[in-house]
Amino acid sequence: MTTPYLTSQQTSSTDAASSLRLGGDWTLAHYSQLEPQVLALRERLQGKESVDLSDLAALDTAGAALLVELFGSERLRQLSKQSEFNEQRRALLLTVADAMADSQQAQTPPEPSVLREVLGHIGEVVESMWHQGRALLGFMGLTLTSMLAILVRPTRWRLTSLTAHLEQCGLNAVPIVALLTFLVGAVVAFLGATILADFGASIYTVNLVAFSFLREFGVLLTAILMAGRTASAFTAQIGSMKANEEIDAIRTLGLSPIELLVLPRVFAMLIALPILTFIAMLSGMLGGALVCALSLDIPLAMYLSILQESDLLRHFLVGLLKAPIFAFLIALIGCLEGFKVSGSAQSVGEHTTSAVVQSIFVVILLDALAALFLMEMGW
Amino acid sequence: MSQETVIEVRDLSNRFGSQVVHEHLDFDLYRGEILGVVGGSGTGKSVLLRSIVGLRQPNAGTVRVFGEELLSLPAERRSQLERRFGVLYQRGALFSSLTVSENVALPLIEHAGLSRAEAERLARVKIALAGLPQDAGSKYPSSLSGGMVKRAALARALALDPEILFLDEPTAGLDPIGAAAFDQLIRTLSDSLGLSVFLVTHDLDTLYSICDRVAVLAQKKVLVADRLDVVAATNDPWIQEYFHGPRGRAAAKAAAAAGRQ
Repeated sequence: MTTPYLTSQQTSSTDAASSLRLGGDWTLAHYSQLEPQVLALRERLQGKESVDLSDLAALDTAGAALLVELFGSERLRQLSKQSEFNEQRRALLLTVADAMADSQQAQTPPEPSVLREVLGHIGEVVESMWHQGRALLGFMGLTLTSMLAILVRPTRWRLTSLTAHLEQCGLNAVPIVALLTFLVGAVVAFLGATILADFGASIYTVNLVAFSFLREFGVLLTAILMAGRTASAFTAQIGSMKANEEIDAIRTLGLSPIELLVLPRVFAMLIALPILTFIAMLSGMLGGALVCALSLDIPLAMYLSILQESDLLRHFLVGLLKAPIFAFLIALIGCLEGFKVSGSAQSVGEHTTSAVVQSIFVVILLDALAALFLMEMGW
Repeated sequence: MSQETVIEVRDLSNRFGSQVVHEHLDFDLYRGEILGVVGGSGTGKSVLLRSIVGLRQPNAGTVRVFGEELLSLPAERRSQLERRFGVLYQRGALFSSLTVSENVALPLIEHAGLSRAEAERLARVKIALAGLPQDAGSKYPSSLSGGMVKRAALARALALDPEILFLDEPTAGLDPIGAAAFDQLIRTLSDSLGLSVFLVTHDLDTLYSICDRVAVLAQKKVLVADRLDVVAATNDPWIQEYFHGPRGRAAAKAAAAAGRQ
């Protein structure tokens, strides 16, 4: 290691056939310092100057790259022959010169403008939404046909897999669903009590809680929870199998990934979500009953008799009928996103997020549309 | 050969639970040489590499890199020392959220204090040096093939012009032509930059074509570390099987043929 001094001199700069002297450490440590000089000098170089490289001390790839920038690959090749370089330094210069000669032919395209980029991005997103929708519809058709094909052949039902998924996404979700809806039920009752008290109609809190939970909140809250809990799990499971090429292995073994992986999950969701919805309705109304009993002086017996008197069956059926539809969509989106995973672990993460966002979006959108439709129909 | 030692490992022991990987292992790497490290699966080649670069605290023994014990240094000094070696990991370990040229430019910006434009310019040189086409620079690692990932990782390892290069199975997963070009690239860089190379490999062709010395890891230590012909003549069943099995003979023949030309 020599002392890092550096001179990049030219004896007479304006003459055409001047001479050039380079010396010192041409290394990465001095790159920032050397680069502007090299770029400035390069413009004035005509390729006829006599070049003295004898003072050159340390040289690394950064320095060699600068020399190539200064002289061009062709000239440097000649220089490295005539100069008193040792074998190693010549090899370095030639290696860098060759590498850069190849690279300089390929020009990098200019950066696009911001507006173009924004518009391009919007276009990309719209296009990907379109593809997403198409893919989901196609996948839905594929799953439905496999489902119908399998329904008539009970020997191909994957009962073990179905049971495992049923436990995972049904039974294991009971505590969280029950607790959450119980709390929301209590909150709705509080809200109702506060507002209705102004009209002296506190007693209608019971109807409010029952109505909202049977018709909307029971199924909606459960579906959103399942979207977060189960759709993500489905995507991660299938996605990591995809990343590990297990899906390809299933295909080459002559098996159907839809039948093996998707149908058990879809059936498990179709069974689990309505049951969970029923639990959610009950525990939501229980939460409401608790608040009514504690702060509104409506005892449980009265709460129940009010429920009995009102015509709630219709609302219950409307709520419960939405459950299998949501279940089907959540399971489909979860599985489809899993199949979209490509290779890396990062991709698994991205698609898991996307599965949750999409399924929650679809659930709420569909619920809103259904509410409008049913309201108009007077059901 | 009396040469400057850049890595000195003495009495190294590594254990995972009750499983002993290394015991009383001694090892040297000299300046400017390419040392091939071979050994069967599970003999701790990668563990040795991790111990040397300071990713693993050995259970006993000393590891000196450039005469200093990495793990006992203060963070600042250690970081300075770490800039003097580059590591190419088995699967590349490129940062997946950055493009290839950003991957290479990152150490240049962080450590060499270059501006972004300068670093990108220099990154292009490194990418070309590693034998990648220029349009690869703007790609993300996920869209590269296995061989290109290796080359991109080499470009990053070379970013700071290191003095020691650690390569963990660099030619695994490359096609023979790509592997031969990669070998040649390492030889050229080692010669021209005075690089010392610690090369973990299974590739017999690599051993025959570019390695100055070969170290064999077996029986929890470095069994022998010497020139290839000396190692190949060592009387040990594993070494005999390794160098004189069908693949070993083929590689030796190919190397001899290349030497005659």
